[in-house]
Amino acid sequence: MGNEAVARGALEAGCRVAAGYPGTPSTEILETVAHTAPEIQAQWSPNEKVALEVAMGAALAGARSMAVMKHVGLNVAADPLFTFSYTGVNGGLVIINADDPGPWSSQNEQDNRHYARAAKVPMLEPADPEEARAMTRMAFDLSEQYDCPVIVRITTRIAHSRGIVHMHTPQEISLKPFVRDPRKYVMIPMHARLRHPVVESRLDALRDVSNTSDLNRIEWGGRTRGIICDSVAYQYVREVCPADSVLKIAMVWPLPDVLISEFAEAVDQLWVVEELDPFIENYVKAMGYAVTGKTRLPVTGELTPDIVDQALNDRPQTEVPVYPDSLPARPPKLCKHCPHSYVFEILRNLDLTVIGDIGCYTLAALEPLNAMHTQTCMGASIGMLLGIEKARGPQAAERTVAVIGDSTFIHSGITPLIDMIYNRGAGTVIVLDNRTTAMTGHQENPASGKTLSGDPAPELDIEQLARAVGVKRTVTLDPKDTAELRRVIERETASQEPSVIIARRKCILKK
Amino acid sequence: MTNVIFTGVGGQGVILAAKILMDVALRNDHDVKESEIHGMAQRGGSVDCHVRFGPKVHSPLVKRGTADYIVAFELLEGVHKLEYLAPDGMLIVDRGRIDPAPVQNGKMVYPPDLEEWIRTHISQHLIVNTREELERLKFKKALNIMMLGVLSRHLDFEQSLWEDSIRALVKSSTVDVNLKVFAQGRSL
Repeated sequence: MGNEAVARGALEAGCRVAAGYPGTPSTEILETVAHTAPEIQAQWSPNEKVALEVAMGAALAGARSMAVMKHVGLNVAADPLFTFSYTGVNGGLVIINADDPGPWSSQNEQDNRHYARAAKVPMLEPADPEEARAMTRMAFDLSEQYDCPVIVRITTRIAHSRGIVHMHTPQEISLKPFVRDPRKYVMIPMHARLRHPVVESRLDALRDVSNTSDLNRIEWGGRTRGIICDSVAYQYVREVCPADSVLKIAMVWPLPDVLISEFAEAVDQLWVVEELDPFIENYVKAMGYAVTGKTRLPVTGELTPDIVDQALNDRPQTEVPVYPDSLPARPPKLCKHCPHSYVFEILRNLDLTVIGDIGCYTLAALEPLNAMHTQTCMGASIGMLLGIEKARGPQAAERTVAVIGDSTFIHSGITPLIDMIYNRGAGTVIVLDNRTTAMTGHQENPASGKTLSGDPAPELDIEQLARAVGVKRTVTLDPKDTAELRRVIERETASQEPSVIIARRKCILKK
Repeated sequence: MTNVIFTGVGGQGVILAAKILMDVALRNDHDVKESEIHGMAQRGGSVDCHVRFGPKVHSPLVKRGTADYIVAFELLEGVHKLEYLAPDGMLIVDRGRIDPAPVQNGKMVYPPDLEEWIRTHISQHLIVNTREELERLKFKKALNIMMLGVLSRHLDFEQSLWEDSIRALVKSSTVDVNLKVFAQGRSL
């Protein structure tokens, strides 16, 4: 599996510290590290920003280290990323970023290749599990050699695909010395001004790597058509256009300008086949070459071999037998007897506006519950609830609740709760505490009492935490006691003070 | 190149079946790739696995109209995936049905004529009834292994290699019963 191959690559590279937050399609990477590589200190962090900071601390301390997250997780971790690009690393620092074109299991399908350009750091893109292993390993070398974080971008189709992976012997890498160097590591403006030119000249040096290393390579075929492609799109191109010339891009930032020129000038028609945004295409256009890409291929969704075949070969759709009537689809739904469902049945019956968050419970937006009205990103529910109250007054607050899971609350819900207290909100927050990070497959979290490796850990007390930030009205109850739950929700939404209701019952799928 | 699609519902063991087929293909010196297609499958959604093997495999996904076998663990899922079946490909489908959410909610009906439609429209089809066999072997969970047994008759791999792969990949406490289930599937 691509994710297992990434974990293997990190082990082979001598990685010592790995931190992340669960998120499809990246979750199995750290789980594999924890199960197969005890020599790596692996941990779930409360969120991706913290994970990257832990990894950076480890790198600064001289260890090879890794931060693992899904694409939207890098939004959370973007703040440290952009400045770690300036400070450089010391021990190798690799960020594993899993995009989700589709999207299959995410709130958007953003194209994170843009982060590499914006943060001015190199990005590698494996095209199958074996490359995922090899490039993860290589990313650590590159990071140390050029003193910068390196992003390895995989997508769902790499992360959740299996193929043959060749195992290599793990390297023994000793800790590099940690040297105090405030001008490199303390990014006050006068130091940052000195570091920015270093970042720019590093990009020039990395562009040479992009042009000359075998990461980016031309596979010559017929010269009538040349196709530039990256990630899994390369596999589809090789499948459906076996006779054409191909420029396979694995180092997608900085892009190989010299190699692109050589390729573009040697072929009659130039194509770019890439998933999501015209990232490579626009670069090639800016170089002055005519190129076909997103005029023929979609900007939305995953590519498939069929889509690529139709675009490049004008192949008609294969005639396939189709059942004449519409068939029922099979959407996911909350499990029978899911503890969350008791809460949503009451919210629906009370006809409250429900400001939702990220987790299994988002399925309450669908049939048969139809009891969620917004969902945006990790932790958004509480801040949005406050905004609704600010816009529409206390009556609106009485008709609105925020719902957020335990792990999501810890990830990004605490700061907006502080805002609600500080700025005198009176909203009601329901924490759906099922004692686990359920949606991604039951990962541990700071409130579950265990670490990633299964060791006991102190259990974060969510009710005490809410009280500590200034919430006076807090209550913890079992949502299965629906009469009491309904009474408490009615009482707390009517109250003129902010309140936190913790609906605590273990996920029915958790042993 | 051989293209196989396994399809079913979260919890039916679709991914394990795909992994066992991959393992058998590897033991026969094929290049092999597999890809899972599912959203939030653990919550009752559908799960597909594409498995491709041959001398050299590029795409981890099967193209429409090129699957040599679609192995469906549920009737409706099988019919949903027919766009992938090659003109001479075979649909192997268990006749068991699991109502999806729109049927449970009364918004749609489970089409009553799917079996009949398959019989008249899909030239190569094999509709199997694993339920009684699995009940007899007292291992109802092993639908996936029984379906692999059915598929194995059509692929050119030694039975002993299949058995090696099953031994390597199922929970050690269930090896013996899974081997029985596989053999039974192979004889269906």
